Amino acid sequence: MTTASAPANYDFRVELTRVLPHLRAFARGLCGRPDYADDLVQEAMLKAWAARDSFQPGTSMRSWTFVILRNVYLSEARRNRFRGDYDPDLAETLLSQPAGQEDGLHMGDLRSAMLRLSPERREALLLVGAGGFSYEEAADIAHCAVGTMKSRVARARRSLEEMMANEGANAVKNRPQSVSHTEILDELDRVANR
Amino acid sequence: MSSKTDTPRGKAAERRARTKPVWAEGLRRMYDEVVEEQLPDDFLSILKKLDQSSDNS
Repeated sequence: MTTASAPANYDFRVELTRVLPHLRAFARGLCGRPDYADDLVQEAMLKAWAARDSFQPGTSMRSWTFVILRNVYLSEARRNRFRGDYDPDLAETLLSQPAGQEDGLHMGDLRSAMLRLSPERREALLLVGAGGFSYEEAADIAHCAVGTMKSRVARARRSLEEMMANEGANAVKNRPQSVSHTEILDELDRVANR
Repeated sequence: MSSKTDTPRGKAAERRARTKPVWAEGLRRMYDEVVEEQLPDDFLSILKKLDQSSDNS
């Protein structure tokens, strides 16, 4: 057993290690909090290790582990360990972060706008816009149709554009609206009943 | 959007609008910044432990 599985384990470990930074980036984008994000990644890492025999070598480790991380995130959110909705303390922290330099983009505005998107739109934008996945890959990860993914990205873009325009125009950033809680619960129900 | 485009500033803004919105770049940056962070040690030590314990089983 040991002789046969050791090299495979080693390869798996190397590949898993390589995608960990991406898992951290995805998790942080999803929940917005570095500490929770790393907890989620550790949990996902343990699950990935336990399921390593079902990983097919040659396929994308990043996609495979993103699915695991996403499931961890959704079940944690459902268990209410963190609510995944608007958090005034968090917004305060994010908004006090330095603004983007040369292009005049305020990263704090962007971060808080991202957190105000519905979870499914935020996820779509993270996968396609930030992570660089194709619509097809992103749809696989999020278990939805390609068309659904495309429309989520388009809608997310539109909302983000509107929010960013408002932030710039009338500086309402000190009082962001709360994320619709029903929207989150709807998404969770959909996932639970799948 | 109906503002004059004959000023240099207006042209630059127009060009930017036609290419990528500035936040699209920011989104990428947000992600890449985390990717480039140094990986906390506990991740690697947990993995190492997992690997060792499965070798011994």
